Amino acid sequence: MRGLLACAALARRAASAAPARVRHLAGAAEAAEAELKKTALYDFHVAHGGKMVPFAGWSMPIQYRDSIMDSTVNCRANGGLFDVAHMCGLSLRGRDAIPFLESLVIADVAALRDGTGTLTVFTNEKGGAIDDSVVTKVTDQHIYLVVNAGCRDKDLAHIEAHMEAFNKKGGDVKWHIHDERSLLALQGPLAAPTLQLLTKDDLSKMYFSDFKLIDINGYSCFLTRTGYTGEDGFEISVPSENAVDLAKAILEKSEGKVRLTGLGARDSLRLEAGLCLYGNDMEQHITPVEAGLSWAIGKRRKAEGGFLGADVILKQLQEGPKIRRVGMITQGPPARSHSELVSSSGESIGEVTSGGFSPCLKKNIAMGYVKSGMHKAGTEFKVVVRGKSYDAVVTKMPFVPTKYYKPS
Amino acid sequence: MAMAASSRLLWASRAAAYLRISTFPRAFSTVLKDLKYADTHEWVKVEGDSATVGITDHAQDHLGDVVYVELPEVGVSVSQGKNFGAVESVKAASDINSPVSGEVVEVNEKLSEEPGLVNASPYEKGWIIKVKLSDSGELNSLMDDGKYSKFCEEEDNH
Repeated sequence: MRGLLACAALARRAASAAPARVRHLAGAAEAAEAELKKTALYDFHVAHGGKMVPFAGWSMPIQYRDSIMDSTVNCRANGGLFDVAHMCGLSLRGRDAIPFLESLVIADVAALRDGTGTLTVFTNEKGGAIDDSVVTKVTDQHIYLVVNAGCRDKDLAHIEAHMEAFNKKGGDVKWHIHDERSLLALQGPLAAPTLQLLTKDDLSKMYFSDFKLIDINGYSCFLTRTGYTGEDGFEISVPSENAVDLAKAILEKSEGKVRLTGLGARDSLRLEAGLCLYGNDMEQHITPVEAGLSWAIGKRRKAEGGFLGADVILKQLQEGPKIRRVGMITQGPPARSHSELVSSSGESIGEVTSGGFSPCLKKNIAMGYVKSGMHKAGTEFKVVVRGKSYDAVVTKMPFVPTKYYKPS
Repeated sequence: MAMAASSRLLWASRAAAYLRISTFPRAFSTVLKDLKYADTHEWVKVEGDSATVGITDHAQDHLGDVVYVELPEVGVSVSQGKNFGAVESVKAASDINSPVSGEVVEVNEKLSEEPGLVNASPYEKGWIIKVKLSDSGELNSLMDDGKYSKFCEEEDNH
């Protein structure tokens, strides 16, 4: 989940492996600006120096006045506030909300304690990933989930079609799409201390993946202790009419240490944390097993199946997948998406799916897929960037240690 | 001197950002008087038949933090308007085109360790290659500082 892309990803995509011509970005962005959707914080971003770019049909800030590098480092040192209102939050309610969702995802939703969530994957009939998502069991009859902005139409059509079929067979589940709410992400060591100043609830008892309905600054919010950076932090779903005021309150309470942070830094942060970006590191033809997310398949689900593509996935769990996602540190220029990976004997063994320069490690980091056998930490091979080969070594992820708030 | 001005500007906008004071977006980038400019945002400084090449302040500002510079080998030929290397930032890779034709006689090795020099000092410490000119007549097709400033304004307001 966590749909997000660095800015010249738009240029990267347009040009596939070819280098982006920076000077064309300004024109393209403005032309598209007219039809783009705006979040509740659009004017707020512009007022704060946000450089707005098109992303998944929305006009989003790629960065503000500070550089992507500074912004990334600041998030880990202090904190970052991100507008992720382009993502799609929805609630499933009804007697059969849980069995319904379980027919579409790999998680053991039933086993979740009330008020906790988990990362999961929506699969298709071939076991491939339709999208990744954080799903939360609020109660036995209420599930709250967030899906990627870029997959919104696809996901909602998929869920709706299956919901209709499910209800026709006597099932009881309804949905509500939370377009009346805006999602903000507050990440970093100052996230909890800052948020605590805005709520009476004791946040020290709320651990990673926990969910609460909570008043923050007087607004009725959905709060999840989760994020896309590897840092401790929260995602806050606030009524859209209060979004700007909440953002202002958070920034003020932090005395300027928590900074508005854009999608450029968000991409660097999630890559440093070893988290997949749907559309790059996960796609329709990649299974959760290949993506290294077997841990997200519930134990009972592994035994029983009952989700789309279960036969393919369970077979891969038994026999091992043919390709695997790996993290890499590379030399030379940062390896970008679609860079080829080649063994020392010259054989093509895979490709990069995400890559960039890590502001925190000051090294090139990347994720990609290699054929099984070449995936163990320490394995060396080459990455081809603009026609030249550079050293690459498989590295365990996360690249930067995570700081999730867990009970001691 | 112009260097100090651009550094001061950068510092000012960064300080302002930290203090969360609104500043106007940089209305202009530093453009030096005695250089010639290509429409792909490279500059060239000519001394006799020797030329030094780099990317402009406008270019580095749009690119963001430079993390890698792909340099050509000493001895290769470069042609006016043709790509000879690349500059990578956190967000994108950008070709560098040579504003002049000739032979590369020196490359800025410092950029391997300190690619950020391109941002901090695009016209001095961040120089990229030195070329022995093969045709000084080519300089006539490049822009002077006035034309280049206007060119940048038009591009940005496009």
